[in-house]
Amino acid sequence: MWGFLLQRTVSAVFALFFVATVTFFLLHAIPGGPFDNDKKLPPEILHNLEAKYHLNDPLWKQYTDYLRGLALWDLGPSLKQEALSVNDIIRQGFPVSATLGALAVSIALVAGVTSGVVAALCHNRWQDYLVSVLTALGFAVPNFIMAGLLVYIFAYQLRWFPPALWGTPAQAVLPALALAAGPAAVIARFMRSSLLEVLQQDYIRTAKAKGLSQAMVVYRHALRNAFIPVLSYLGPMLATVFTGSFVVERIFAIPGLGQYYVTGIVNRDYTLTLGVTVFYSVLLITMNLLADLGYVALDPRIRLVDRTR
Amino acid sequence: MGSTTYWQDVWRRLKQNRPAMSGLVIIILLVILAVIGPYLTTYSYSTQDLTATDQGPGVRFWFGSDDLGRDIFTRTWYGARISLTIGVVTSLTSAVIGVIYGGISGIIGGKPDELMMRLVEILWSVPFLLYVIVLIVIMEPGLTAIVIALGTWYWVPMARIVRGQVLALKEQDFVLAARCLGAGPGRILFRHLLPNAMGPIIIQMTLVIPEAIFAEAFLSFLGLGVSAPMASWGVLASEGIKALKSFPWQLFFPAFFITVTILAFNILGDGLRDALDPRMR
Amino acid sequence: MFLLRRKTVNFLALSMTLLALAGCAGKPAGQDKPGQPGTKPAKDQVICFNLGSEPESLDPAVVEGKPEGTLLNAVFDGLVRYGKDNKLQPALAYRWDISPDGKRYTFYLRNAQWTNGEPVTAGDFEYAWKRVLDPKTGSSYAYQLFCLKNGEAYNAGKLKDPSQVGVKALDDQTLEVTLEAPTPHFLGLTAFMTYYPVNKKVVEANPKKWYMDTASFVTNGPFKLVKWEHNQKLELVKNPTYWEAQQVKLDKLVMTTVDSNDTALTMFETGQADFVYDPPKTQLARLRQEDKLSISPDVNTYFYLLNVTKKPFNDVRVRKALALAIDRESLVQKVTRGGEKPARAFVPEGLPDVDSAKDFRNAGGPLMDTYNAGEARKLLADAGYPGGMGFPEVAILFNTNDNHQKLAQAIQEMWKQNLGINVKLSNQEWKVLLKSQQSLDYDISRASWSADYLDAMTFMDMFVTNGGNNYTGWGNKEYDALIAKAKVTANSRERIKAMHDAEKILISEMPVIPLYFSTYSYLQSPRLKDVVVSPFAYYAEFRWAWVSED
Repeated sequence: MWGFLLQRTVSAVFALFFVATVTFFLLHAIPGGPFDNDKKLPPEILHNLEAKYHLNDPLWKQYTDYLRGLALWDLGPSLKQEALSVNDIIRQGFPVSATLGALAVSIALVAGVTSGVVAALCHNRWQDYLVSVLTALGFAVPNFIMAGLLVYIFAYQLRWFPPALWGTPAQAVLPALALAAGPAAVIARFMRSSLLEVLQQDYIRTAKAKGLSQAMVVYRHALRNAFIPVLSYLGPMLATVFTGSFVVERIFAIPGLGQYYVTGIVNRDYTLTLGVTVFYSVLLITMNLLADLGYVALDPRIRLVDRTR
Repeated sequence: MGSTTYWQDVWRRLKQNRPAMSGLVIIILLVILAVIGPYLTTYSYSTQDLTATDQGPGVRFWFGSDDLGRDIFTRTWYGARISLTIGVVTSLTSAVIGVIYGGISGIIGGKPDELMMRLVEILWSVPFLLYVIVLIVIMEPGLTAIVIALGTWYWVPMARIVRGQVLALKEQDFVLAARCLGAGPGRILFRHLLPNAMGPIIIQMTLVIPEAIFAEAFLSFLGLGVSAPMASWGVLASEGIKALKSFPWQLFFPAFFITVTILAFNILGDGLRDALDPRMR
Repeated sequence: MFLLRRKTVNFLALSMTLLALAGCAGKPAGQDKPGQPGTKPAKDQVICFNLGSEPESLDPAVVEGKPEGTLLNAVFDGLVRYGKDNKLQPALAYRWDISPDGKRYTFYLRNAQWTNGEPVTAGDFEYAWKRVLDPKTGSSYAYQLFCLKNGEAYNAGKLKDPSQVGVKALDDQTLEVTLEAPTPHFLGLTAFMTYYPVNKKVVEANPKKWYMDTASFVTNGPFKLVKWEHNQKLELVKNPTYWEAQQVKLDKLVMTTVDSNDTALTMFETGQADFVYDPPKTQLARLRQEDKLSISPDVNTYFYLLNVTKKPFNDVRVRKALALAIDRESLVQKVTRGGEKPARAFVPEGLPDVDSAKDFRNAGGPLMDTYNAGEARKLLADAGYPGGMGFPEVAILFNTNDNHQKLAQAIQEMWKQNLGINVKLSNQEWKVLLKSQQSLDYDISRASWSADYLDAMTFMDMFVTNGGNNYTGWGNKEYDALIAKAKVTANSRERIKAMHDAEKILISEMPVIPLYFSTYSYLQSPRLKDVVVSPFAYYAEFRWAWVSED
């Protein structure tokens, strides 16, 4: 187990190095720089600005300087938010995005697993069809439309919830629902399908034959194995949701991290984009690791490290 | 010869599944409408009438008109061509790449699996917008560009899911039995593992369809996809949401047909899964 | 889908009367609607204004955006300021002398305090201005101080000694400014944020982050910042130590940083914000019907650039045909919908003519038809493309934005109907587009220009041959000569005439197709009174604002 974790950590460090490298060079390869605007700056001012952020150093030097900082998790200053470092920005934004994300994931898991199980147990009955229709709605309607509809109905027409900003529980309701709808539908679909599959398997039949009740069988045996595809989906999904959705955070004016994945690139804020990208990558790798460990926890027969050969 | 009867069997079981067949019929209807729909009116998708902007549904404009006075009915069915194509093609390409990649990663396991999964994580860490801007700079905008952009992106979740399934299935008794009988990893993967992983694979394929439809809208907006005035369902819906408070029909029609499409693919997918399942007879 | 709004400030500055900009649609700015109650102040003098984005900085030396300008205008006071009538009036300087050669200004400062109780001195101004020019500060608006003697040389690093820069505190209350050359609009410049004073002690104690903490963000204006929740809101309260505190009626001013204009509109319509600007285009018709919309003029022209180095745009007949085949009246009525005015020349309204009470645009009159399809067809046929036959495949390039896209689609259709030509549409992300324009890698491209200062020259010197912002490839010796003349001539009659003549050349040569003169649209709660809206560096001025009883 410890060997496995060590191996994962080493490979994760290499992966992060590659992510930073690829992103760094792609960012510098696309046209435009952080200080370009429709009105050209006088050359001496542009020079002063570039000097302030060491952007007039040769590219390889900027790259090695960046890597040196990254090694100590110093992600550099933001080129646009004048007084903030990228570390500051992540420190401010991530807790908000993560809170909202955790809320949304909880809603999605509860709603998704419940409706998936109901649909599977009532296979080809009306409950199943109802879940089909709801889940189709859930993932056919993307989050920006879902957010728009929620705002229109619950904030604009009914005035039950505030339309924007962050801080009170009431303000979290609509964005959490907008974020949860899609994942809930996806989880329900996976849950239904794999539960149907598991229920056909021999050990479940055996369990049933032994006289265990339907609920007991589902709870004890079927759910665990049915959860594996959900877990595969959850890994990357958690990383994405915890770092915030640009669309939802923008619509609800939430001070999270999501906006920077777009504005950083649009502004050519190199350090900010790199920083949030590497941060996302750390989260993605961690979540996938947890998902892998989750496979083993759900089904002890699964082996991540091949010990047979 | 054995596989022929298997597929005949699948088709027979699918035909008996009423919801699945109605899903299929809806998809066929949508395709027919996408082909003939634009010719049912006197307008083209680009014909503007600036004196008749934002009209509600009625005799002149069946689905209403948009903010440049264009017929939404015509634009909806024109958009169906783009969106249905993008959705299905992306779904298929991402499935092919993802199943092969994830399957190999899962069946081999160990260090190669580790390497392949880290590669996938590196790819998915690059911000999508950055990836798109790079593509815009190096590619001619158009349908091909979109398919390449989306096909090379959406196989990643498929790969993760297939790998997870393979990891779980390969330790089960029937696989161990096959291995004892001397089956190689390729045969085990395609004969034994993938047929048993069809459920999640089909679901992931249907999931990609709406994602691709809206990702296309985003890419078109950024300048990689089909250019205005041509518009897909995704573009129509994205524009419609902004007019929600004033002209709700501009959102309703494209969003309605996207949802119907997804619903049809879902129930067809469910039926297909049942029909493909080797144990469900 | 999404659009990032970040407007840089229009440095409109001239020590003269702003012109009455007549004839714009919507209700006039800052006036109460007749027949409504509301002359009695409400008990709660608290309002919420949506700033539209998180400030990138609050340091007057480095800020460049209009949101930042709006906030700083509420918390700082400069030497002079614009009054309710948009005329310059004394602020911290209660009077000033100008030397006969127009190169030396002496400002006499009144007794005023910083929020930490220390007096505002002439030394604070000297320190602040030199700090802007210091190359290490990296201020993108440093060029606004290049009119100071040795300002540019110091900023460029050619001059190391800051004591040679033309600003000096003679004593605590007297500031002497020496200019490089007579600059008639200098006094107006001193009203703007880059010229605000900063408290030397506070800034030097923490040069990078002094404004991040409300305790060390020491200011001298009508309001002071008491709370900054990042990416949420900034709370300002009335500053009791302000020298003119009795004029300030609002107790509290909340500025939210909501970026999406759709969300801001919902906040306004559900009573959570009292003032929001730039509502979504799709809602304008409804808002106008519900009498919520206010529109005020903006000194800005929206136009299309033509790449004249490329066929067929090297032919002036083609350029004119394209320009005349656009129905501008329909464009502004049906597509942009914000009360814009069809452009029949390049320089917009709002800039002074010889007689500063007159408008440059009105004096110059229209230089082209708003729409003339017949003439356009004829010109195109003369150029060798009768009925659009044989017209090469070209594209309209615009930056990724719904509004630009809508306009381009409308124009595409007009050209198709009127000229029989099919142009394609293509869009690029903003910074990619800038590169395409600069390298003349386009056919037709969308652009707009807003005034940097209150003179027609800010629009006219753009198109001199090889000018830094001339992305058309067009050049004309006669035009260059007229602009050069206007730049050195002291006689304002000759100067303005040269610019009128130059504009006639520009329009007859048509390297750019003017489309419309833009507007600034906003929503203001009827209970909010005496907010001053100006086309300057800020969206709204709240110094005199108050809330009436409903």
